Amino acid sequence: MSFITRGFSGRRRERDPRLPPGQTLVADWPVLSAGPTPTVADDAWEFVIGTENDVHRWTRAELEALGVEDVTVDIHCVTHWTKLDMAWRGVSLDRVFAEVETAHRFAMVHSFGGYTTNVALDDLLGGKSWIAFEAEGAPLTAEHGGPARLLVPHLYFWKSAKWVQGLVTMPRDSPGFWEQNGYHPHGDPWREERYE
Amino acid sequence: MNRRPAWHVATVVESRPETTTARRLELEVPTWPGNDAGAHVDVRLTAPDGYQASRSYSLASSGDGTRVTLAVDEIPDGEVSPFLVHDLRVGDRIELHGPLGAFFVWRPSDDPAPVQLIAGGSGVVPLYAMAAAHARSGEATPLRLLYSVRSPGDVFFRPELEALADRGLPLDLVYTRTAPPGVSAPPGRLTAEGLRRAVFPAAQRPRVYVCGPTPFVEAVAGWLVDDGHDPAAVRTERFGGA
Ligand SMILES: Cc1cc2nc3c(=O)[nH]c(=O)nc-3n(C[C@H](O)[C@H](O)[C@H](O)COP(=O)(O)OP(=O)(O)OC[C@H]3O[C@@H](n4cnc5c(N)ncnc54)[C@H](O)[C@@H]3O)c2cc1C
Repeated sequence: MSFITRGFSGRRRERDPRLPPGQTLVADWPVLSAGPTPTVADDAWEFVIGTENDVHRWTRAELEALGVEDVTVDIHCVTHWTKLDMAWRGVSLDRVFAEVETAHRFAMVHSFGGYTTNVALDDLLGGKSWIAFEAEGAPLTAEHGGPARLLVPHLYFWKSAKWVQGLVTMPRDSPGFWEQNGYHPHGDPWREERYE
Repeated sequence: MNRRPAWHVATVVESRPETTTARRLELEVPTWPGNDAGAHVDVRLTAPDGYQASRSYSLASSGDGTRVTLAVDEIPDGEVSPFLVHDLRVGDRIELHGPLGAFFVWRPSDDPAPVQLIAGGSGVVPLYAMAAAHARSGEATPLRLLYSVRSPGDVFFRPELEALADRGLPLDLVYTRTAPPGVSAPPGRLTAEGLRRAVFPAAQRPRVYVCGPTPFVEAVAGWLVDDGHDPAAVRTERFGGA
């Protein structure tokens, strides 16, 4: 139903093909979160996966021993900004899940501070997600989710849970924090899956 | 009532200066389902060649009507806010998607805990909506507003806030650059100490809503947690920018 807005020409004429619909390029890195920034002590941090079979725990050193990767990816936030070619460093969930057995197809990701978000394992595995410790060549600051955040670049950025603590696999999909508050259960930027 | 977000066509019925840099827009949205105080919309603009830009704006209005109010502060080198502030005229139409933001809202009687609102700059927009809805509801839950602005000319919803203050809303204004005559405190940024003096103490377990530019929200939310406020009771909304 879109119609032309009288007098609007738009200033950001870039139409980079990497920009999904409704997104605008930014150079800076905006911060969004629902509450105060939790402080998570680096040495207290560990990553936990719970499945129907087991609970697995990794310290940061154990995770990094699985293999650290550098990835350059585009980030798309549901609030309409996109940042292209961001450099990240972290451990692929593929390497982590190589040590995990589950018949479940979904996961609820949990963060310090109580944030949750649901992601299908198909969206986490196959080179699609990482536990990131660094961005743009520096350790993640607390406001950007440090010491570690999930990185799922092909979905809107609310899925890339800051201050990530672990995940629990689930037999069926079930909504996380923003998903219960009106956001789309999946969040594909290319299909503009912003709101439910 | 079905308040699922949807696309709506809005017609500008009034536009007037709000502060030295911001404009208040009154929109008539015939299909509007109503909204809770604190909700926002996505505004979408389309250029003749199909280029589109979308930005989020909080609603200063709440309730069941089809009239909605936005207050937009101009970011001088921005793409959308200068257009909304300078070019959009009465009679023009824009697209809105909403109401959005089921988390950063205040509803009457949903909790007896005191409510502390803390705003920086244009971040007062959704909090003003909450203060006004609270006053309309006649609810006994105590509610107060701490509002940080650069100077007297930067106060959004000044007449409305003064009217609410006359009717009993505790309103604490912090001037960071220029204070009006008669205010004894010298202008300066909000500090942890100033915050502690103005807000409901943690012991009263208030629910706190903080909204404004990212560094403001980051600082305030951090001080609140340091002071013993339950992080789960502190809700934040960041408008971006510095
Ligand atoms: C939930 C939500 C509610 C919002 N409600 C309101 C509201 O009620 N009133 C309002 O005026 N704004 C509000 N904003 C901010 C608004 O969405 C835009 O970010 C703002 O109008 C700037 O858009 P622009 O297109 O003019 O600038 P852009 O072209 O997007 O940005 C230009 C530059 O300014 C920076 N910038 C972006 N936003 C700001 C800012 N707010 N202050 C300083 N620098 C900034 C950007 O990082 C960029 O570098 C809200 C934002 C969110 C997420």
